[in-house]
Amino acid sequence: MRAVRSLFAALALGGLAAGSLVASGLGAPAQAQEEVPTPPHQQWSWQGPFGTFDLAAAQRGFQVYSEVCSNCHAMKELHYRDLAGIGLSPEQIQAVAAAVTVPQGVDDQGQPKEGPGTPGSQFRSPFPNEQAARAAENGALPPDLSLIVNAREGGPDYVFGILTGFAEPPKGFTMQGGMNYNVYFPGHQIAMPQPLHDGQVAFADGSPNNIGAEAHDVVTFLAWAANPELVQRKQIGWRVILFLVVMTGLTYAVKRKTWADVEH
Amino acid sequence: MAGQMHNSEFSNPVIQWIDTRLPIFTMLQKEYAVFPTPKNFNYFWNFGALAMVTLGIMIVTGILLAMNYQPNTNLAFDSVQHIMRDVNYGWLIRYLHQNGASMFFIVTYIHMFRGLYYGSYKTPRELLWMLGVVILLLMMATAFMGYVLPWGQMSYWGATVITNLFSAFPIVGHPIVTWLWGGFSVDNPTLNRFFSLHYLLPFVLTGVIFLHVAALHVVGSNNPLGIDVKTPQDTVPFHPYYTAKDSVGICVFLIVYAAFVFFMPNVLGDPNNFIPANPLQTPADIVPEWYFLPYYAILRSIPNKLAGVCLMFSSILVLFVLPWLDTSKVRSARFRPLFRPFIFVWVAAVILLGVCGAHKPEGIWVVLSRVATLWYFLHFLVIMPVLGKLETPLPLPESISRAVLGAGHGGGGGPLPGGAPAKPMEKA
Repeated sequence: MRAVRSLFAALALGGLAAGSLVASGLGAPAQAQEEVPTPPHQQWSWQGPFGTFDLAAAQRGFQVYSEVCSNCHAMKELHYRDLAGIGLSPEQIQAVAAAVTVPQGVDDQGQPKEGPGTPGSQFRSPFPNEQAARAAENGALPPDLSLIVNAREGGPDYVFGILTGFAEPPKGFTMQGGMNYNVYFPGHQIAMPQPLHDGQVAFADGSPNNIGAEAHDVVTFLAWAANPELVQRKQIGWRVILFLVVMTGLTYAVKRKTWADVEH
Repeated sequence: MAGQMHNSEFSNPVIQWIDTRLPIFTMLQKEYAVFPTPKNFNYFWNFGALAMVTLGIMIVTGILLAMNYQPNTNLAFDSVQHIMRDVNYGWLIRYLHQNGASMFFIVTYIHMFRGLYYGSYKTPRELLWMLGVVILLLMMATAFMGYVLPWGQMSYWGATVITNLFSAFPIVGHPIVTWLWGGFSVDNPTLNRFFSLHYLLPFVLTGVIFLHVAALHVVGSNNPLGIDVKTPQDTVPFHPYYTAKDSVGICVFLIVYAAFVFFMPNVLGDPNNFIPANPLQTPADIVPEWYFLPYYAILRSIPNKLAGVCLMFSSILVLFVLPWLDTSKVRSARFRPLFRPFIFVWVAAVILLGVCGAHKPEGIWVVLSRVATLWYFLHFLVIMPVLGKLETPLPLPESISRAVLGAGHGGGGGPLPGGAPAKPMEKA
């Protein structure tokens, strides 16, 4: 018993050493953080183990992207052929691609050549390079949107929050020149002016086009663009898990039978 | 002995022809079929096999990924997206590989806990354990370099932070970092060599695992009672008993693995790695993958960089001498009433370190990570040597078979026979 007590004494000594380290840690000033609210959670069609993309919303979202976002933001990981994933027919894809002018290497004189896109073309980028983008955008670089929903903490809720979070800066908040106030952007000053407004995009199917509906549709499109494999992934996933559950049952039965003659 | 053929007992003429010249079938028969294995394993003894399965999956998926990946700073990020979008089932191969790394670590950590709890590192298995620590180090190096390859923001900045750790060493530090980078910052030469080494190390790992298993087959497996095998009644042949039991474990493990791959493939990742590497923009938080978080917390718990680096490396190196730090003759924690609570407190400290590693080192997190770091080392350097001297272990059973028949301590594994009759076919 005495030995146990000496062990605890040793532990207590260690505790003292820890205490002194602790004190120096507490002395460090906590970094003052700019308060940015968490964007509220929205209902998204693709979430949950059975969720799939609302294809009509994704198609409307593609229209929003084409008419609004694509003026500044590239989506270079996508090709027009990928649009089959949101339900466009080969003819529709052909038409969408042909309506866009894309770079096509060089001509016989070695000059850069452009021409109508094909389903195999990459999504057209609004700027040839980063310098051109910054020159046109007041020094800011519009991020590529191919993976934006995966690339931000909060995912679709965050992107939706940014699109709908523009507001007048509160009294006493100093804005830098050319910046815009956004409730959900870290630091609240975002270079992008408010991109979506009520009634900005007219949908052929007559769907509501207030700012919330537009943002919801374009986020659905962007979520598909970031995870085009999602629906197939979940379908295969259920089959794999079902198979493995059956295999677990079978192997467990075999194991029970094998061990039945052994005391263990 | 020259000119003498191996005396093979196989009846199949083809197998016999090969086996008399190269007795690999005799060896497999001896090491994996009739190999005498303690009959009282619980399901903790599945995890070595699970780690082997994971390594196999990692190597196969890795080779397939390498066929489409481009180790060049201008192409790497987009080539990963090419795999995800354009390569047939590329997303499946990539997500298996990406989540496989996490699975490999969770399985290995449980395998190590099994060793710690049941005293599998004690004589005569010291070298077996030390080879295991080498395997862990190789895994960590491989995982770290693999995480750099997608060339996202966290890849780049993680590589910068970790390689910069070596700059803490006086005089040789900065030359080492320059040598590692192949230049004056993390750049294309770094990515190239990391790809090369990431491909190489798993095969080195396979070699060390071979030695690990070879050493295991010399001294034999430990067991939940931690006592030596005494009679043939204590053992069963590895096949079919443990092949059957490992199969159950593998299926359950694959369900967990599949749940991550198919339903939450990015939940263990960082959103920042979906942003291409940008040397001009540091992310707000540079956080390693979850399996490195405890070491990261140890590193940051000390305000001095060199001391932090030394402490972090020591946290692994201390495992090498663990067989000599533990002074108790009794292996299994089941018979060590004082050690048993302490090992759980140590596990809690490691988990706490992991949580601390995920938070910015401010306020309470500094305090907690210091306390947990202190406890981590106190456990190995003070508690384990002292406890062995103080503790009165519980009486050990005479033999494994006696313990089983006595039904007192049980096997700790599957239910004892005599319970409800099995209706296994209905389980599916």
